[in-house]
Amino acid sequence: MAGTFRFELVSPERVLLSVDADQVVVPGDDGDFAVLAGHAPVISTLRPGVLDVTAGSVHKRLFVKSGFVEVDPSRLTVLAETAYDLDDISAATMAEELKTAEAELAAAKDDSAKRRADTLVSELRRLSTRAA
Amino acid sequence: MASLKDMRNRIASVKATRKITKAMQMVAAAKLRRAQEAATAARPYAERMAEVLGSLASKVADKTGASPLLVGTGKDQVHLLIVMTAERGLCGGFNSNIAKLARADANRLIANGKTVKILTVGRKGADNLRRDLGRNIVERKDFQGVRQLTFSHAEGLGKRVLEMFEAGEFDVATLYFSEFKSVIAQKPTALQLIPATVSEAPGAAAATKGGAAAVHEYEPSEEEVLGFLLSRNISTQIFRGLLENSASFYGSQMTAMDNATRNAGDMINKLTIKYNRQRQANITKELIEIISGAEAV
Repeated sequence: MAGTFRFELVSPERVLLSVDADQVVVPGDDGDFAVLAGHAPVISTLRPGVLDVTAGSVHKRLFVKSGFVEVDPSRLTVLAETAYDLDDISAATMAEELKTAEAELAAAKDDSAKRRADTLVSELRRLSTRAA
Repeated sequence: MASLKDMRNRIASVKATRKITKAMQMVAAAKLRRAQEAATAARPYAERMAEVLGSLASKVADKTGASPLLVGTGKDQVHLLIVMTAERGLCGGFNSNIAKLARADANRLIANGKTVKILTVGRKGADNLRRDLGRNIVERKDFQGVRQLTFSHAEGLGKRVLEMFEAGEFDVATLYFSEFKSVIAQKPTALQLIPATVSEAPGAAAATKGGAAAVHEYEPSEEEVLGFLLSRNISTQIFRGLLENSASFYGSQMTAMDNATRNAGDMINKLTIKYNRQRQANITKELIEIISGAEAV
């Protein structure tokens, strides 16, 4: 094992999570990628998806809607507008998010907005069926 | 000369006022602490954003055809002033200082033959600017009844501004808010939103700091990341403005209410002295009357 690195999840309002992680799987716009210590520096945008964090024996799954990620060999910073811990999230919050996402999809005008909203809706549907 | 009863009433009323201003001061102090915490908590996000944006912008800057959010539309005919103030008064010069700065800029731009559009955030700013620049106000937005400012408020505003920009309704956007320097010092500030003001210093600093930070790869591409960041940056800056504003507002209110409490205290002292003098004068007068009455018998 290559050791740990600093993982920070930052929202505009506050730092949501700051731990020494072993591995984090990041849902990048061009596909998921796993980050280990010593990863090459990358800056990527995020698509709606799940951040899979392994820190020692602790395992966390966090849902992010959008944002971007900055990877350095010793550090991983995720800047996301909204993030939910999938273990804590209630079915009601999930349903509400799904509803707003569907409304967004219906209102989306151009292709890229439509694609974004579509990914979000399908990701939320997948997660909520699994939770149910 | 006011009667003793009038003076007693006067003192009682000033005392009641002092109680209210004292209470307001303490509420403002408590809220200030929370607003300050919120502003501090929001800093890491904004700083990271500025850092990445700075290093990216310095790379892409020479390319033509970069996003108009960064390089502008090539014109500066129509200016949008986003004036952010508070919902309430009783906070010293807070609202009027911001409005004054915005008004001075608006008048200067109009004198230079530019078109000025104003978007007000907060009731007080709109009330203040309505008198002479009422025709220039294109939209007003209130956060009345909002207890805790969240990013979604800023995002809604940011989206609106972006929509207007994409519809070609303005060329340059400037944000007016009060920067929170300290509890006693708040500085009205103008910040240019579009085209984005990007400090390229952080990028340069990162490059000298071991070189690792400068060789980031970008996914999907530099242009796409930059475009994404630029639109996000608007909401982030607006959010920062909102938070700074709310901290400044409470700081300003606290100072104003502190002054008011002290003034009320001074007034009570003066009135009490006057009241006592008057009372003693009355007693002396009555004594003289009694004595002279007794002597006459």
